[in-house]
Amino acid sequence: MSQQKKFAVSRRQFLIKSLSAGAGLTLGVYLPACSREQAPTEAGPGKAGGEVVTDVTFEPNAFVRIGSDSRVTVIIKHLEMGQGTFTGLATLVAEELDASWSQIDTEGAPANAKLYNNRFWGAVQGTGGSTAIANSYEQMRKAGAAARHMLVEAAASKWGVSASEIQVRDGVVSHAGSGRMARFGELAGLAAKQAVPEGVFLKDPDEFRLIGRHVPRKDSRSKTNGTAVYTQDIRLPGMQTALVAHAPRFGARVKSFDAAAAEKIKGVSGVVQIPGGVAVLASDFWTAKKARDALRVEWDESGVFSSGSSELMDEYKELAKTPGAVARNDGDVAGSLKTADTVLQASFEFPFLAHAAMEPMNCVIQLNDDGCEIWNGEQFQTPDQNAVAAVLGIKPDQVSINMLFAGGSFGRRANPQSDYLVEAAHIVKAINGKSPVKLVWTREDDMQAGYYRPMYYHQLKAGLDNEGGVLAWQHRIVGQSIMAGSPFEGGLVKDGVDVTSVEGASNLPYAIPSVAVDLHSPELPVPVQWWRSVGSTHTAFAVETFIDQLAEAAGKDPLQYRRSLLTKHPRHLGVLELAAEKAGWGGALPEGRGRGIAVHESFNSFVAQVAEVTVKKDKTISVDRVVIAVDCGVAVNPDVIRAQMEGGMGFGLSAALSSEVTLENGRVVQSNFHDYTVLRMNQMPEVEVHIVKSDQPPTGVGEPATPVIAPAVANALSQATGQRFDRLPLRLKV
Amino acid sequence: MIELSINGTRHQLDVDSDMPLLWAIRDVIGLTGTKYGCGMAQCGACTVHLDGEVIRSCVTPVADAQGKQVTTIEGLDSGVAKAVQAAWEKLDVVQCGYCQSGQIMTAVKLLGDNPHPSDQDINTAMTGNICRCNTYVRIRAAIKEASRMLVSGGRP
Repeated sequence: MSQQKKFAVSRRQFLIKSLSAGAGLTLGVYLPACSREQAPTEAGPGKAGGEVVTDVTFEPNAFVRIGSDSRVTVIIKHLEMGQGTFTGLATLVAEELDASWSQIDTEGAPANAKLYNNRFWGAVQGTGGSTAIANSYEQMRKAGAAARHMLVEAAASKWGVSASEIQVRDGVVSHAGSGRMARFGELAGLAAKQAVPEGVFLKDPDEFRLIGRHVPRKDSRSKTNGTAVYTQDIRLPGMQTALVAHAPRFGARVKSFDAAAAEKIKGVSGVVQIPGGVAVLASDFWTAKKARDALRVEWDESGVFSSGSSELMDEYKELAKTPGAVARNDGDVAGSLKTADTVLQASFEFPFLAHAAMEPMNCVIQLNDDGCEIWNGEQFQTPDQNAVAAVLGIKPDQVSINMLFAGGSFGRRANPQSDYLVEAAHIVKAINGKSPVKLVWTREDDMQAGYYRPMYYHQLKAGLDNEGGVLAWQHRIVGQSIMAGSPFEGGLVKDGVDVTSVEGASNLPYAIPSVAVDLHSPELPVPVQWWRSVGSTHTAFAVETFIDQLAEAAGKDPLQYRRSLLTKHPRHLGVLELAAEKAGWGGALPEGRGRGIAVHESFNSFVAQVAEVTVKKDKTISVDRVVIAVDCGVAVNPDVIRAQMEGGMGFGLSAALSSEVTLENGRVVQSNFHDYTVLRMNQMPEVEVHIVKSDQPPTGVGEPATPVIAPAVANALSQATGQRFDRLPLRLKV
Repeated sequence: MIELSINGTRHQLDVDSDMPLLWAIRDVIGLTGTKYGCGMAQCGACTVHLDGEVIRSCVTPVADAQGKQVTTIEGLDSGVAKAVQAAWEKLDVVQCGYCQSGQIMTAVKLLGDNPHPSDQDINTAMTGNICRCNTYVRIRAAIKEASRMLVSGGRP
């Protein structure tokens, strides 16, 4: 009883505290149970991971549904692309609902930005920027708490006892005084008749039973036995598989095509021209592939992009000789560089990168009397609804979307132009919707038809005094804007500066009196977009390897040097110290081995990594061990955080060691995993992850590990070889 | 007509003999646990067993599978396979999960041949299977966990 009382009191205290802090715990956010038409009442083939609930009795809000069988279905508004969001968001609901984890099912939310917007993106529904947990932390907990409240009210009324005496634990509602107990399902019908609460009490962190504990992933079993459903796996009656012959160069247009040979192939149902290419429709992938190979397309290549990476880099270097748009200008950089005792300089080159998710781009689209229905690893609902509606001449809310599991994305499935969805819409429109269409990109399409992390050139200068102290830091960046033309351009491109091009550079945390960061954003017809950890993919490398050069010039240990310049940044310092300690920083290493450190903030999370490398006699390198420390606020699911640190680091290590898209004469050179090489089992280092204990609000973990590994490895290689590295992927000078 | 035996069930397929086994399994028979990742035996997402050997179904013509036993992720039922899948779940190996059918098919073959694989053995067996989520640390750990389960007499 005393335990129960304590819970009640602390819940109330939390409410009061939150309200007085203006935290908005009132029920504006609560979406009263939506109507059956709006609500996802059953899990059809398109609802990822969802169980079909036939006997729905209680839907307190848009996020929770409790059946008479006591199964609790949590509606997840964010895409599960591997980052664990189905598990994380369900955990938040289960925590406040006091459900048992085993009774929780998950289901992808439909496209409806009124209910399911990303609260950090205004009216836009979508997943990205490592925001899923951060923007939902209170929202999902409140959804669970409201459901709990209504179950308790139902029990109180059924049993004729006071609600304040009722306890809920592990999915059982009980009243100690009378000895009555009920599972959720027994109360669901009555709970549905209770008023939706106007305010709810959230737990104090010390009452958490799931948050911060080991909670297994909800998608492990289906992804281990082959039953998980991805876009690639959808088959609708009469569905045709479409492959598209894409332009060989960006911007080329179809001049003419000869489909005679393709149309003769048994199983081919149509060949249609669409903007950007020619689509072949057939009964299955292989038939469509053969037919596409048999197509003869003549392209109009007048005025297309026909340059190459190397020419582009030369142009970028020319641009870097002139000042760009100002992203930051503290103090007097020009003056300090003139009077400095020593000026250090460095420049860095970064290639285009493909996302190369394991599941190549694809989607299924069907026209119907209401508009159209889409099945997709759906990451960008609102922009995709708008773009598809524009093609089909319907309203955005007539585009209904089934969000399936995505076989990876790394940003790719949230495309600023909704590229592959628009392509599918054109195809289904061209055949007048006579059958559902599954658009499938081959790996070669995925690699060569765009979109890419842009190519960048960085130039840095630092002015030092005669004791090695840094007086000034100048950082110039050249590269395409990914936000130009995206739905976020208005908010994220300010005075000519795409803030995502300079993030990680313009917020340089090191204590340096004069800092200037500027940017050139050349416009090119090469399609580009965000790639896991966005601007930090290049800025972290430039900043963190240049800082090591400054440390060397000052004759200081790289850890000690960073420490001395980060005294006002406790969270940077916290991860730096933790990673260094766990890695045994400063300990001796044998000949040919090196240790490097890097620290970086992205998406409001802080990550430090220490990498140990070996340079072998044949000048090949291996990354042997990586120690990672992360501060992401409250650790909602520590094991998922560890997984994202391991995997996010590995993703960055691919780009550090070998991945590169190059253009020659306007064509993409790489086409598949034989020449766009990525990390494999034999290259994966041992990884240790350490999580800083924190009571700060939770922040993202999907991306922040990615940018830190390349500089950590480069710094380790520098220690081992004395060489400095000016490009990614890293190349030892022989 | 091509006759295929998949997971112990016989199928008559009216397809061209050069159709890769992958597409026969996925698009014609409708078993979708086996995935398309590259189409050129580079990534391992399409891995199945053909008469107990690991093959890349994306480059194996369906005609080559005639008269042989094809096992896909849906047909796994050996003790080794159950240990591997249990270890995968226990360690929450998966992230996006798209490559994992192929990873598991390869790991089951590895442990069937070699119940106590060294790190080098794991590298040799698994390096043909790409995971873009980079779950390699956990794949390695799960193979070792499955090995322990098998030694201790089976089920977790």
